[in-house]
Order: sequence, then structure tokens, then C-alpha cells
Amino acid sequence: MGFIDILTILIPSTLLWASPLIFTALGGAFSERSGVVNIGLEGLMVIGAFSSIVFNLAFAETFGAATPWVALLIAMVMGALLAVLHAVASITFRADQVVSGVAINLLAIGLTLFLVKRIYGKGQTDIISEGFGKVDVPFLNKIPVIGDIFFSNTYWPPFVAILVSVIVWFIMFKTPFGLRLRSVGEHPMAADTMGINVTKMRYIGVIISGAFAGVGGGVYAQSISSDFSHATISGQGFMALAALIFGKWHPLGAMGAALFFGFAQSLSIIGSSIPLFENIPSVYLLIAPYVLTILALTGFIGRADAPKALGTPYIKGNR
Amino acid sequence: MSNRLTNILIPVISVLLGIIVGTIIMLVSGYDPIAGYSALWQGIFGEIYYVGETIRQVTPYILAGLAVAFAFRTGLFNIGVEGQLIVGWLAAVWVGVAFDELPKIIHLPLAVIAAALAGAFWGFIPGLLKARYRVHEVIVTIMMNYIALHVTNAIIRDVLTERKDRTDYIAETASLKSPFFEALTDYSRLHWGIFIALLCVFIMWFLLEKTTRGYELRSVGFNQHASQYAGMNVNGNIILSMVISGAFAGLAGAMEGLGTFGYASIKGGFTGVGFDGIAVALLGGNVAIGVVFAALLFGGLKVGALNMPLEAGIPNELVDIIIALIIFFVASGYMIRYLIQRFSKKGVK
Repeated sequence: MGFIDILTILIPSTLLWASPLIFTALGGAFSERSGVVNIGLEGLMVIGAFSSIVFNLAFAETFGAATPWVALLIAMVMGALLAVLHAVASITFRADQVVSGVAINLLAIGLTLFLVKRIYGKGQTDIISEGFGKVDVPFLNKIPVIGDIFFSNTYWPPFVAILVSVIVWFIMFKTPFGLRLRSVGEHPMAADTMGINVTKMRYIGVIISGAFAGVGGGVYAQSISSDFSHATISGQGFMALAALIFGKWHPLGAMGAALFFGFAQSLSIIGSSIPLFENIPSVYLLIAPYVLTILALTGFIGRADAPKALGTPYIKGNR
Repeated sequence: MSNRLTNILIPVISVLLGIIVGTIIMLVSGYDPIAGYSALWQGIFGEIYYVGETIRQVTPYILAGLAVAFAFRTGLFNIGVEGQLIVGWLAAVWVGVAFDELPKIIHLPLAVIAAALAGAFWGFIPGLLKARYRVHEVIVTIMMNYIALHVTNAIIRDVLTERKDRTDYIAETASLKSPFFEALTDYSRLHWGIFIALLCVFIMWFLLEKTTRGYELRSVGFNQHASQYAGMNVNGNIILSMVISGAFAGLAGAMEGLGTFGYASIKGGFTGVGFDGIAVALLGGNVAIGVVFAALLFGGLKVGALNMPLEAGIPNELVDIIIALIIFFVASGYMIRYLIQRFSKKGVK
């Protein structure tokens, strides 16, 4: 198997596995930049995966090939709705943000499995008929070599995800809204003094994070698992959180880290069929993202500084 | 209203709110809540077998709850109980399978200690990183959970067995199984582990409340800087706290490995006991005796839930929803406290 052949298998797969992580990590960036820890990303992805699959199964005939995209919108709304709960608990009720996030995770998996059994009478859904199928990106796939590797026999969501990361970077670092969001996460009292509504900004940050994580879950369910069960989302949310930290809370950094984790994940799955990697036990590739995150946090791979006010509720008038 | 009473009222109100929301969910999804809750009740107390199973489930919950509560009392947040539990489970089974010539009086303690040590090691790493590099333990422990999951799976598949999904049964000499309890509870899987769990409850209470070391650990949890100025070894105490917390969690794994199942198997996902341990600790107010009550509640809910699909046709995940909601409400204790104060003030006027 030639090098180019390996790349034509590996790169589309990497992009595919990375795209849910990118969306979710970008969501995490909104929440954490506003100063609210979001361990609940996993649960928000679960809701997204569940709602997109249910919608897809129910409306595949109505919407045809557009079904997965419409389902993503549903996943987005559902993710945002669940995130409201996290926002209310951790911002208004001053709950410990980590505990609230853990509760979101438990709630999401319990609620979705409850509903799956209620709706379908069994522990998992059927396989969807309209998923994100493989496509050749028009025009770009005609580019020699690169066209074959990147743009042939691939999927749409990764390209959308990369485009969205650039947009998020622009919003977060080049617009007044982004500046306000970040200031609330760094020094809420100063922001408050300048007339920024800390509570409102944090609510927005957390709700956007839910919307993005919902999309991430929807992308995962409709392009990788194709059905929904208790094991559909197993750690992707935490991996997205890892990507966010590894990318130093920067949208483009998070995207890069997510791409790398996507690479590690796809290697662990298709690695056995690639000559170069067949001798590496898959466990090393499976744990790579987590080990790397710990190393990154420890400072071996450059210091990563969290937003200053991350994890602390803002209480007006407290110094 | 006194602070102490409020602290007890918050968990009670949270549980009530959880049950109320559970009722609403059942009504909305077209189930009969009375049938649901009576099935749940029957599933906990209906037969002596269920009672035995409940206590069996309570055993790891107590230890997982202690693990979270112990770290919490010393200012740390151990979300890694799940991972520490898994490595403890594997270590116990490993010792249980590997030696078969040892007498029970050596073999069983050895397997239990192996589990505690494995869990302690899994807690030591985040503790060390926190003490040495100021890395937040929450993220590290989450990552350690996944590392534990994948590494133990790989060890079971490639080291302990030849590409099988689960290990052999542990030797009889390492087992916590109890024919006496089994006969007493109509052949439930209740085992001796409950005494280990209760011993640990005592150890945690004694260590934290009655020893100098415990005072230091709590002091570091309250205020690192003050402790530092008072001449305490802050970093050492952080590491020690995570090690002890991890050891409790590892023992919870031993309960599953040596008591309930007698083997370790490949896991597609987490057991959930570690995460429920967070709920148990929170509901128990992070004190040893509170953890016992909270573990009884959650163990009962989990075991009783298994009866809900059979008797009332309600998916047992309903109980997971209720548990998650209880965590929400306990965590949002600020709001409940505020409301209690409002009401009690009105009462005075």
C-alpha cells in the first residue's frame, strides 16, 4: 500500500472523526470563555445525537436528502435547551459548575434512554436511512493528488466544521460581542463595572455551547454511529473538552487539537489495516488524547492558561 | 432557622423535588406514577432477596461516596472515582486469579489491598500533578477515567486472557462471597464486603475528626495559605488526600470484583458507580455517616428500579433521571437555602 493510498484512507476518516469534536469544542469555548466550566458537553452531545436520530427516523421521507441537515438544526435547539438547565443551575443558583455538568451528563443519558424505550420499546433505535453520505466535493476534487486525498469520497460536515471554527474565531476575537464574552470570563467584576451584563453574557455563552455540542452529537450520530443507544456517545464530549484545553481555549487551537484527536481515533479504528501502524496496540492510540491533555496541562507542551474567572460564580458586590 | 437544620433540609427537599419531577415525567409520558413508585418500593423491600441485593449495591456506593466526600472535605474534587474503581476492580481480580495456592486468610486481604493500592495509585497521579504543577484535578481525573477504561480493557484482553471478553473466575480463596448471607437473603449476591465498607466509614470519620493528620487535611481544604503559614505541608497533604480517596474508590472496585461478580470483563463504557458516588457524597453532606444514608437511598433506587419495567412497564432509566435531578437540586442548594430563609422569616413575623 503506497503512502498516498494510506493518506486517501486516513485523511477523510480523520476529518470525519474530528468534525463532532470540533463543533463540540467550539461550543465549549463559548461557555468556558464566559467563565462557566462545561463538563456537561458529553450530555449535550447525547441529547443532540438522540434528537437528530429520532428526527431523522421520523422525517426521512419528508425531507429526503436534506434530512440530516434539518436534524442538525433540531439537535442544535435541543442541545441549547438542555444547556439552559446548566446555565440556570450554575449561574443563577450558583451551583458548583462541575457538579451541575456531571448532573447534565447523567440526566441526558437517563432521559434519552428512557425516551428511546418509551418510543421504540427497545434499548436502541433503528439505523437511519438518510445519513451524511460520502461525497466528492465539486471542483476541488479535480485538483491533482490533494483532490484525491482531501476532497474525494469524503463527507460534508468536516468542511462546515472548519469553516465554522474560523467564524467563531472571528466572533470571539474581532467583534464587540466576543470581547464582552471574554471579559466576563476573565474579570467579571471589571466587566460589570463597564456596564456589561455578566449574567446575560454567561447565559449566552452556555446556551451557545449547548447548541454547538448538540450539533456535534448530531453529526456523530448521523455520520458515524447511524443509530442511538447508550454507547453512541462515549467520551466524545470529554475528548472535545480535552481538545479545548489542548488548544488553549482558542477556537482555532481547539480545531487543531480536535483534528489531531480525530486522527488518533481513526487510527485506532483503521490502524490495523495500515502497514505502518498494524503493530501498535490500539490501546496506545485510544488513550493518546487523554494522556496528551494531561501532559499539556502539566506544561510539558506549553503552558495553557484557563480564563481567569473560570469556575467561579459571579456574585454582585462581592470582592 | 439553624444552619444545621438547613443543611439536613436541603438534601431532604432535593430528594422530594426529584421524586416530584419523576412523577411529572411519568404522567407526561403516559405511565402510572403510583404503579411506578409502588413497583420501585416492591423492588427494594418486597422480598428478602431484593433487600439483599440492595445492600449489595449499597456497598460500592458507600465506598465511592466516601472517596468523593474525603477529597471534597480536603478541598479537592475527585471525579476520577470511576477510573480508580475500575483499576481497583482489575487489580483485585488479577490477584484473585493469579494465586490459587494461598490460604484464604492471606489471599483475600492481599486481593483487597491490591485494589486499594491500584486505586490509590490512580489517585496519586492527579494529586501529584495538582501539588507539583497546580494542574486542576477535575480535568486530570476525568482523563484518568478514560485511560483506566482503555488500559484495563487492553490488559483483560491481551494479558489476563487470550483475546477473551472476560477473565476467569477468581479463586475461591479470594472471594468475598458469603454462603451465610446468601442463605439468609434467598440467594441474593450479598457478600461480606459491606463490613469492609462500614469499616471504611469508621476510618474516614476517625481519620478526619480525631487525628492530627485529619485536622491538617481539612485545614488545607479550608485555606491553603493559612495552612502553609501554620507550617503544614500543603503539597504533601494534597497528594495524601487523593491517595486515600483513590484507595476508597479502589476498594469499591474490589467489592464488584471479589464480591458481586467474581471476574472482570471488557467494558464498553463506565459502570456509573463512580459518578453516582458524586451524588452520594453531595447528598450525604460529605460526612461519613451521611454517605451511608445517601448510599442506602441510591442503592435502593437502583435495585428497586430494576423491578419497574417488570411490574409497571416503566423503563428503569427513570431512576437515573431522578438521581441526576437530585444532584441538580442539591448542587443548587443556594436557592433552596434562600427559600427556606424567606419562609422561616415570614413564620417569625
